Amino acid sequence: MPNAPDPITRNLWHVVAATDELPLGLVETTLLLDTRLALTRGNDGEPVVWLRRDEEQGDEIDAGTIHDRLPVRTAYGYTWTCLGTPADDLFPIPEFAEPDRVNMSCGSIGIHVSAPRAVENFLDMGHFPYVHTDILGSEPHTEVKEYDVEVSEERDEVLATKCRFMQPRAAKSATTAMEVEYVYRVPHPFCSVLYKSCPEDESRRDVIGIFLQPMTEERCRAHLLQSMIDSTSTITDLRRFQQTIFGQDKPILENQYPKKLPLDPRAETPIRADKSAIAYRRWLSQKGITYGVIPQAS
Amino acid sequence: MTITLYDFELSGNCYKLRLLMSILGLPYDIVPVDFFPGREHKADWFLRLNPFGQLPVLKDDDLVLSDSGAILAYLAKKYDASGQWFPDDPAITAEILRWHAVADDITATSSAARLALGYDYDFDIEKSQKGAHRIFRLIDEHLWFGEREGRDWLCAPSHPTTADIACFPYVMLSEEGGISRQDYPALRRWTDRVRRIPGFTVMSGIFPAGPAKVD
Repeated sequence: MPNAPDPITRNLWHVVAATDELPLGLVETTLLLDTRLALTRGNDGEPVVWLRRDEEQGDEIDAGTIHDRLPVRTAYGYTWTCLGTPADDLFPIPEFAEPDRVNMSCGSIGIHVSAPRAVENFLDMGHFPYVHTDILGSEPHTEVKEYDVEVSEERDEVLATKCRFMQPRAAKSATTAMEVEYVYRVPHPFCSVLYKSCPEDESRRDVIGIFLQPMTEERCRAHLLQSMIDSTSTITDLRRFQQTIFGQDKPILENQYPKKLPLDPRAETPIRADKSAIAYRRWLSQKGITYGVIPQAS
Repeated sequence: MTITLYDFELSGNCYKLRLLMSILGLPYDIVPVDFFPGREHKADWFLRLNPFGQLPVLKDDDLVLSDSGAILAYLAKKYDASGQWFPDDPAITAEILRWHAVADDITATSSAARLALGYDYDFDIEKSQKGAHRIFRLIDEHLWFGEREGRDWLCAPSHPTTADIACFPYVMLSEEGGISRQDYPALRRWTDRVRRIPGFTVMSGIFPAGPAKVD
């Protein structure tokens, strides 16, 4: 039997699907916190989520006949649900509403690793030259320069700022190498949002979100969001760029051991570049998250 | 001549063609197809190119081709001046086509497990994994005995052929389908040799080999 999720995790909003990709009138099935879920969209386009019984993927269903529904929110193109008692709000990404942004899902991809490991990899710049060679980094520009990390009390999120990295091809819209500035937010234990200098408009930032759906303690689905300033690329082009990056991360993530994220500071040896990861682990520890992590011995 | 590849970056079958064209030094254009999550390979415009709704499709001027194994044979016969990648010898042709069929079996097992685990496809994961292990065991033995006889590649010639290209991607991506290659040492040595072919290129999820050991 799997461990029951801690109450914090149980009461969070969790991403479960890209709303547009949910078929109208057909059942989709998934797993959240070891719990089997069924999803569909009614004719009004609104997603409906419930605890799966004997439904199979692809079954025809009338959403109106589903009475025992789980709470649902739609935000950033995705459908979110909660197995416990959810908070009123989901973390804000105000940029998403800017009228000239191209917003898109980039696929929901299953990975054999815990959700917190995937968040931590998203925060890491040290692997760029080795894993995303000639795109997000290249040798010999391997140094992760000093950056700032804080935990915002007011917003209850980890914030890493002044992260700079020399990138051969920072985005689909990039035509030359550039030193890119990043801001990372971790506004949810299993979600992170990245802001990076936009090659097309120096005054603005491209936004990339990774929302992890913890399926089990050692398996998750990564739902990728791009909210871009790019007047020339197609959605297919932009998705392809992001999937290329994510496809490179996937085998690295799946080879991490242990698959759960250890929160004991002595469990793994951090370097200066891991400052954001250290803050993230401490934040999870302080929140009392035990799902998908190896808690610090008390 | 203008070659256009209708391509999805994370597809091993598309990568087979990128890999051979890279090795042959053939220039080509890419038309990205949103296979996932857009399912564009089932869109009307794509079905007009390939009614079977499968990637890859390759256009050479006005000629439209589909099926990665068939396209590998076409590219080699048309553009490989050395004649090594798809030799004319009837026995070797048969041998290569035999391994192209094995490559399709690897797709039906190893790639199916990867699609089920990573991309939410409704395939039988355990059955796919078992099927892949059965094939990997057979290939490992074939390669192990080959190494004893001084044969480095899947087919008889002393150089790689399209058979090696066709079988390579979904062997390399097997771990994404939960299929470890730990128990297949000869298979792993062969993947290193493929990765050292001059002109080799990577795809997302496949990394270059380290430098070869020099005796």
